[in-house]
Amino acid sequence: MAGVAGPATGSGAAGGDGDDSLYPIAVLIDELRNEDVQLRLNSIKKLSTIALALGVERTRTELLPFLTDTIYDEDEVLLALAEQLGNFTGLVGGPDFAHCLLPPLESLATVEETVVRDKAVESLRQISQEHTPVALEAHFVPLVKRLASGDWFTSRTSACGLFSVCYPRASIAVKGEIRQYFRSLCSDDTPMVRRAAASKLGEFAKVLELDSVKSEIVPLFTNLASDEQDSVRLLAVEACVSIAQLLSQDDIEALVMPTLRQAAEDKSWRVRYMVADKFSELQKAVGPKITLNDLIPAFQNLLKDCEAEVRAAAAHKVKELCENLPMEGRETMIMNQILPYIKELVSDTNQHVKSALASVIMGLSTILGKENTIEHLLPLFLAQLKDECPEVRLNIISNLDCVNEVIGIRQLSQSLLPAIVELAEDAKWRVRLAIIEYMPLLAGQLGVEFFDEKLNSLCMAWLVDHVYAIREAATNNLMKLVQKFGTEWAQNTIVPKVLVMANDPNYLHRMTTLFCINALSEACGQEITTKQMLPIVLKMAGDQVANVRFNVAKSLQKIGPILDTDALQEEVKPVLQKLGQDEDMDVKYFAQEAISAVAQRLRKLDFPVKDSEEPSAPGADKNHFLRPRGPGEDTGKGPAYQLHVNTRDTLPQLDTAEIVLFLPKHRLISRI
Amino acid sequence: MSPGGLQLPPVSLGGSPRSTDVPSSEQPELFLKKLQQCCVIFDFMDTLSDLKMKEYKRSTLNELVDYITISRGCLTEQTYPEVVRMVSCNIFRTLPPSDSNEFDPEEDEPTLEASWPHLQLVYEFFIRFLESQEFQPSIAKKYIDQKFVLQLLELFDSEDPRERDYLKTVLHRIYGKFLGLRAFIRKQINNIFLRFVYETEHFNGVAELLEILGSIINGFALPLKAEHKQFLVKVLIPLHTVRSLSLFHAQLAYCIVQFLEKDPSLTEPVIRGLMKFWPKTCSQKEVMFLGELEEILDVIEPSQFVKIQEPLFKQIAKCVSSPHFQVAERALYYWNNEYIMSLIEENSNVILPIMFSSLYRISKEHWNPAIVALVYNVLKAFMEMNSTMFDELTATYKSDRQREKKKEKEREELWKKLEDLELKRGLRRDGIIPT
Repeated sequence: MAGVAGPATGSGAAGGDGDDSLYPIAVLIDELRNEDVQLRLNSIKKLSTIALALGVERTRTELLPFLTDTIYDEDEVLLALAEQLGNFTGLVGGPDFAHCLLPPLESLATVEETVVRDKAVESLRQISQEHTPVALEAHFVPLVKRLASGDWFTSRTSACGLFSVCYPRASIAVKGEIRQYFRSLCSDDTPMVRRAAASKLGEFAKVLELDSVKSEIVPLFTNLASDEQDSVRLLAVEACVSIAQLLSQDDIEALVMPTLRQAAEDKSWRVRYMVADKFSELQKAVGPKITLNDLIPAFQNLLKDCEAEVRAAAAHKVKELCENLPMEGRETMIMNQILPYIKELVSDTNQHVKSALASVIMGLSTILGKENTIEHLLPLFLAQLKDECPEVRLNIISNLDCVNEVIGIRQLSQSLLPAIVELAEDAKWRVRLAIIEYMPLLAGQLGVEFFDEKLNSLCMAWLVDHVYAIREAATNNLMKLVQKFGTEWAQNTIVPKVLVMANDPNYLHRMTTLFCINALSEACGQEITTKQMLPIVLKMAGDQVANVRFNVAKSLQKIGPILDTDALQEEVKPVLQKLGQDEDMDVKYFAQEAISAVAQRLRKLDFPVKDSEEPSAPGADKNHFLRPRGPGEDTGKGPAYQLHVNTRDTLPQLDTAEIVLFLPKHRLISRI
Repeated sequence: MSPGGLQLPPVSLGGSPRSTDVPSSEQPELFLKKLQQCCVIFDFMDTLSDLKMKEYKRSTLNELVDYITISRGCLTEQTYPEVVRMVSCNIFRTLPPSDSNEFDPEEDEPTLEASWPHLQLVYEFFIRFLESQEFQPSIAKKYIDQKFVLQLLELFDSEDPRERDYLKTVLHRIYGKFLGLRAFIRKQINNIFLRFVYETEHFNGVAELLEILGSIINGFALPLKAEHKQFLVKVLIPLHTVRSLSLFHAQLAYCIVQFLEKDPSLTEPVIRGLMKFWPKTCSQKEVMFLGELEEILDVIEPSQFVKIQEPLFKQIAKCVSSPHFQVAERALYYWNNEYIMSLIEENSNVILPIMFSSLYRISKEHWNPAIVALVYNVLKAFMEMNSTMFDELTATYKSDRQREKKKEKEREELWKKLEDLELKRGLRRDGIIPT
């Protein structure tokens, strides 16, 4: 209520232009206090504008204290505030005053909501870089210490993310203190804090002196890795990667490996999962020698772990692991130490495991070469192509290109076909959609003959699928096939079949003909379009279903650029004009759209003549509304165009509405 | 050790005579022996393996249950470590990943524990042990310690509701009998909840833990310790933000009301907390919040009501005008509650102005006729309560709206000016306008 008078005074003062102290802070603060959360949020998001209006001095002395004092708000507002303050250094007067931003951010770093806290920490990290070393020790480090010794877990959690940014620029004495604080948080009473510390352990190790890493970080790492809570232990696995990167081979062996070995056999599957999930990083961090001695046996165990989650995570890493093995002896190693386990996984009881394997197994062929692939891998591919779970088959098919490079796809074609046919008819439309997307690739690799014989009928069958998304994908697929196999092939195999559907009793199928023509006309070229497609489209203008008719108009607009002027003038225009008089308003609307497009094109073709006649409007045809009326345009249709603007968004989408029923794409099974 | 795998040593379980068939002098020794035998774990995922042995263990466990229930003097000091060892061996395990991808307790059937035929008897036995008249906490506390409790609490995440139900009883008995563990148990439950709210949003046993807490809160001594108040404000209130609130809302609301009955001065922070976390998009949760709020109002003291009536009724005004009719309806039902009605009547000079514009607008605009009818009743009630004010508000309704609009316009102008200013500064900084 008090605010009513406020803005008036504010705007009165604003008349005076450009001074720093234009707006009474009360007015601005009123905005930040607005009762409506949304308005408050909007104001906070424009905090920089407010600060600008106040000038640097008053932002420091008035705005920031206000913000610091009133941090009890909805988390959404606090999140926006935390974000804003990270970029505020300029608005408080530059790096010399960056420390003024610390108090509000310190409060934000203690709130409960994780996203707010994380954002505050992010902003603090950003601002820390703007502090001079002196200011860092005078203001920033004390803040970190306060947070690290806070009562409630939230502030201690936030502190964990701040050690690594102030450590490198601190003096030796302060460095010792920082390490001390970090140490105590690693053994905090609250698991939340230990988790935060564990997740920052690697980052902190990277900024420490090597001696301290060995003498202090490693014991912390060992402790966290044997924490009573598995949620802490699994985070230590991540730290393991960073720590190993810093140490020499001997030190890794002595200081890290005992813990890592233990983690790979942890009693909690979550920890083992983490080892599997981070396997490639671990492999690179410990180097080839330790990999051979230690990681390979560990990996073998993970591949036959009792929990499917772990096996699936390990299966995902098979290819990367093999790729990263040293070239020397790689083939033997894979053949003897990895392949036997992979063979087992092909017949795993869990479909996620098989599917994970199927997504990478084809990649092994490039590593193992032609002979091994044919002898050892091919049977596995074939087995997976026959798997009961469609996802497994699909993953194999989607990676066919890897095999193609090594042994050629022909080796597989006998088994490929039944697999493809089955997927093509799968009850889940998402599976059908996925296989359609691989059709052009398969067609290219299998060749036109094989395709015509075996796959063409599938491609045509998809055109009459009862799911729109499939019909749409099938249409695009035809276009890609024509691009691959050429117009002659199109004319002989595809076009006649598509055109027959124009007489189908189901209007959805008749429309599919139109959609196919839209997609194919360009690839097929002028002759086929004019001679074979256009007559059908024109004939369909008399369809009894309005949706077909307005799609005729749309198709005519679409294929217009491919036709020559005679066809446009003699055949297309009269039909469009007739549709322009249709009783259905949407048909009229799209006919009008098409008429203007066609007219524009006709006019463009004889543009040079026009140009000399009307020198006052050069380039006017770029602008739809200003352009002079072309000769072919029926002026009587102008108002109709206006009338139907509103309908165009609704009706044409009716048929596409079923696309909305997308199921969430199957997510992978990590749940940590 | 290979985790979780089948690691059965070929120990024969056969041969021990039934406890009741041997002379009583030999029974204690036999009891210990059977406890040791029951430490052997079987793989129930493999339904065909060790059928005989599994059956033998089941009948042995049954005997143990009977024995501990009936026999006198069976809990000698040396039995305690063996009992705890047997229970630990059987129940403490890493819970498997959920079968269904992203297990949703509201939608999916829970995966039941395969080893339940044994596990149930172990829990049954353990509860009889804890409830036995001979049970001595002073001896047991050496074995039932913090580590034991921590592992027990982790099991509350089990997907199997039968297991959680047994765990609830077990933890409740432990909390009752081991005074030294109480603070620790509360703290660990805190940690579980905080992790649930702020880290994972996943824990199956929240309802069960809240149920235990409900009975614990009941027994808190007055005045309440700071620790308990902090638990209410920093843990229980934030629990309302969780997506799966419906699974434990009844138990949560019960705990909250228990707290307020203990200490009415907590009403204000609680209601302000609920306002802060009021659902923005989930109508189903909004209805739950309104239900809980009514439970709170049922026990509120008039002096406390006055403190929070303004923010409270601003929220209720928003709910009343919700386009979701269930939310509007739930809020309007407050006017059927006699006690709430009496509170509103006493404070109608404050509440009526807050509620009026929403009610007035809804009476004209809401799509649902049932809501409009309810709103008419509420307006009628207000009219009877405070007719002078009601007439005044009706008269000024239009001008009030206009004033609001004007204020809104002024806001917009202010922001426009501020933005112009920013733009100008930018231009000046870039040297486009000379300073």
